[in-house]
Amino acid sequence: MTAQPTPREPSGDVLLDVRDLHTHFNVGGGVLSGGGDVVRAVDGVTFDVRRGEIFGLVGESGSGKTTLGRTILGLAPATSGSIRYGDHDLATLDEKRFRPLRRRLSMIFQDPNASLNPAMTIAQGVGHPLRIHGITSDRAATRAKVAEMLERCGLAPAERFLDQYPEDLSGGQKQRVVIARALVTEPDLVVADEPVAALDMSIRAKVLELMMDLKDELGLTYLYITHDLSSGKFVCDRMAIMYLGQMVEWGDAEGIYDDPQHPYTRALLDAIPLPDPSRKGRDRQLPRGEIPDAVEPPAGCRFHPRCPAAFEPCGWEGRDLVDAIEERWTSVGEDVFERELALVGDLQKAAVGRDEIRFPAADAGALRSWLEDVGPQLPAAVASGIDTVEEDGSDVVVRFRWGPEPGQQDVAGRRVACHLHGVVVRPDGDHVGTPPADRVS
Amino acid sequence: MPTATAPDVGTGAPVDERSSLRRRFDHAIKPWRRANPMARWLVIAGLLITSGFGFLALFPDVVAPYGESQYQYVVGTTDETGPGGEACGRGAECEQIPRRAEPGAGFPFGTTSARLDVFSRVVHGARVAFSIVLMSTALAMGIGVPLGLYSGYRGGKLDRVLVTLMDAIYVIPGLLLAIIVAFVLKQYFAPGLASAAIAVGVVYVPQYFRVIRNHTLSVKEEPFVEAARSMGAPPRTIIGRYVFFNVVQSVPVIFTLNAADAVLTLAGLGFLGYGVPFPQAEWGLDVSRALSDVVSGFWWTAFWPGLAIMLLVTGLTLVGEGLNDIVNPLLRVKGFKGKVPKRGEPTPEAEAEVERQMSQTAKRENA
Ligand SMILES: Nc1ncnc2c1ncn2[C@@H]1O[C@H](COP(=O)(O)OP(=O)(O)OP(=O)(O)O)[C@@H](O)[C@H]1O
Ligand code: SF4
Ligand SMILES: [Mg+2]
Repeated sequence: MTAQPTPREPSGDVLLDVRDLHTHFNVGGGVLSGGGDVVRAVDGVTFDVRRGEIFGLVGESGSGKTTLGRTILGLAPATSGSIRYGDHDLATLDEKRFRPLRRRLSMIFQDPNASLNPAMTIAQGVGHPLRIHGITSDRAATRAKVAEMLERCGLAPAERFLDQYPEDLSGGQKQRVVIARALVTEPDLVVADEPVAALDMSIRAKVLELMMDLKDELGLTYLYITHDLSSGKFVCDRMAIMYLGQMVEWGDAEGIYDDPQHPYTRALLDAIPLPDPSRKGRDRQLPRGEIPDAVEPPAGCRFHPRCPAAFEPCGWEGRDLVDAIEERWTSVGEDVFERELALVGDLQKAAVGRDEIRFPAADAGALRSWLEDVGPQLPAAVASGIDTVEEDGSDVVVRFRWGPEPGQQDVAGRRVACHLHGVVVRPDGDHVGTPPADRVS
Repeated sequence: MPTATAPDVGTGAPVDERSSLRRRFDHAIKPWRRANPMARWLVIAGLLITSGFGFLALFPDVVAPYGESQYQYVVGTTDETGPGGEACGRGAECEQIPRRAEPGAGFPFGTTSARLDVFSRVVHGARVAFSIVLMSTALAMGIGVPLGLYSGYRGGKLDRVLVTLMDAIYVIPGLLLAIIVAFVLKQYFAPGLASAAIAVGVVYVPQYFRVIRNHTLSVKEEPFVEAARSMGAPPRTIIGRYVFFNVVQSVPVIFTLNAADAVLTLAGLGFLGYGVPFPQAEWGLDVSRALSDVVSGFWWTAFWPGLAIMLLVTGLTLVGEGLNDIVNPLLRVKGFKGKVPKRGEPTPEAEAEVERQMSQTAKRENA
């Protein structure tokens, strides 16, 4: 839309260039039950990470942050897309050829209690990557290097820790060990998956500070994963907001905080508790409704069932109407409910599709006029997406308007996927209905 | 700390071998220190009994007055040479052990109709029992543990095939399976210690396999395994250094529980005539040979080997149960649910399934 420089133009030295990355998991469905469902944990993600920056991945639980990080490190197989790193495409590299690169790509895990091998001493655990990659060849050299890294990570004197087992250390100390293990091979890129989320409030800041210091000292690049937008503010240079496997907004971090362009980002920012001691950290108000099932994400804009700004083209579909009617019925009086239930019939019996929904009605005419009258009063903006309400024999058929899945566009120097800035169609998206004649391309 | 090492880290710190080893030793016996006293006493009592038999097994000749197939003994020397036993024939004057002597002086457990000293047979029987239990365990572990590790870690089709195979073996009653194997082996090899050990060992392969495989399945989901992958460790290293050391704690428990069972299986084999052949001293075989004696009132020939079987089984079971209590709290914390299943007991999966169904029923009732 605007002629501003886009984040896609690699201004810095691009370390990692991710294009249209998909990571799908087959779930359920054993040998006998055949196919099973597919979780689209990462579903078409494009971004780049510049050398030396901290790139944040922010989103609610289940938005695919960890899976994206794991895919980049080759720990979860990419379904399609590419991840350029130097001359390599990490998405298609097989395990064997990936292995030599692993000293340059490290991961810090969320739970320090589980990410250290309880059967190895600190010296063995932190030293193992050195031995695997043949960086040191004997025990003394490994120990010396491990000791040096431990001290850098604030575990001094290292001698005190080298021969201890993880269970002898506190949570904060363990996470320092995990950091030391990730950095001991002098990596380029470190994927830090909620590195402080499992730690005590009192030591979170210290560990984060340590990570920032080490980044400057060792010239690291971080992919920093967090579900906590407020901590990202102090840390990230650029960031991406993820929702159901996609990036809804990404770009300059400061801009995202000061002037969010996507309703989801705005909702997350509004949910950050004010620095008010009477409010405990956890009771944030996230957008209304539940996070939808990742197996069957909503069509059109995936955020539309929860979006406070949703309007006509956002992808209203059959199940939204069912949800809206159900929601209405929880708030109306008994008599209204009884009357409307008689009119609509059992919602379970409605044939719910993406583009249309078919109610087998007792009195089709009455139902049609009820839908027309009551539609605008329904919760969310479902009615705005209704194209036609027709009688078909004894059924009433509601058809929905064109609701394309939003593609990304440049807004305020960032990439944003939202129709509020103009309807941009995502090339391989899940769309509702058919485009009007003037939009056929 | 014996000596305070100078903190000259960063420049090739001298490795304090002794304190490092001591820490590892302390780490290894930590579960023992934390265990409840009852469990420790079980283990100690069991170990006392077992090591008593262990002594007999190691030094049978120190304790037993006669050899396992000795039916006569030297009473003096003569110059005559004549036909007879080896030593007895040449230069020694011998007397035969009395037939069916009652327990008493000279023959504390009595003698058999074949002029064998029951006490000596029981002592030598310990040696056979121990060697077979050790050999069969080595076999069962040697096959079951690596296979369980590999199958659990790799997963997929191979895992499913192996699990089905092992379950198929597992449902056959132990003794029956041992008899079948012994019978097959008999067609090709002369019966002896080795074939008895194989017959007994095959019975326990599925137990090691199952426990190790299931434990591997849960350990491989641990983030530290993913961490190992992320730092570039090949599968061999991951299985060997990350998975193995975290599942190995269950091995001693399966061993001691199985060892008791193996003693019984061996005795059963011997009793039915498929174990080590006479004249080797094997308790089950001796009980079986003494059956006709019992009918005619000579109780001692069957009683003492039977008692030996019972005592050794008790000792091993005590160790096993005690160890189970000591090791299992650790395993439970690490995602290993429930006890090591014994033959015939519900497996952890079966119990989890029951629990799941119960909670579902509860939910349905609440709704
Ligand atoms: N190995 C897997 N097999 C099947 N589904 C998976 C697997 N890993 C992740 N998922 C699914 O993919 C989706 C994204 O999961 P992911 O862990 O990446 O989310 P996340 O953003 O890291 O969430 P959280 O904040 O809870 O860590 C979830 O619906 C999850 O259930
Ligand atoms: S496209 Fe924009 S306005 Fe529409 S639902 Fe999605 S986020 Fe909300
Ligand atoms: Mg995560």
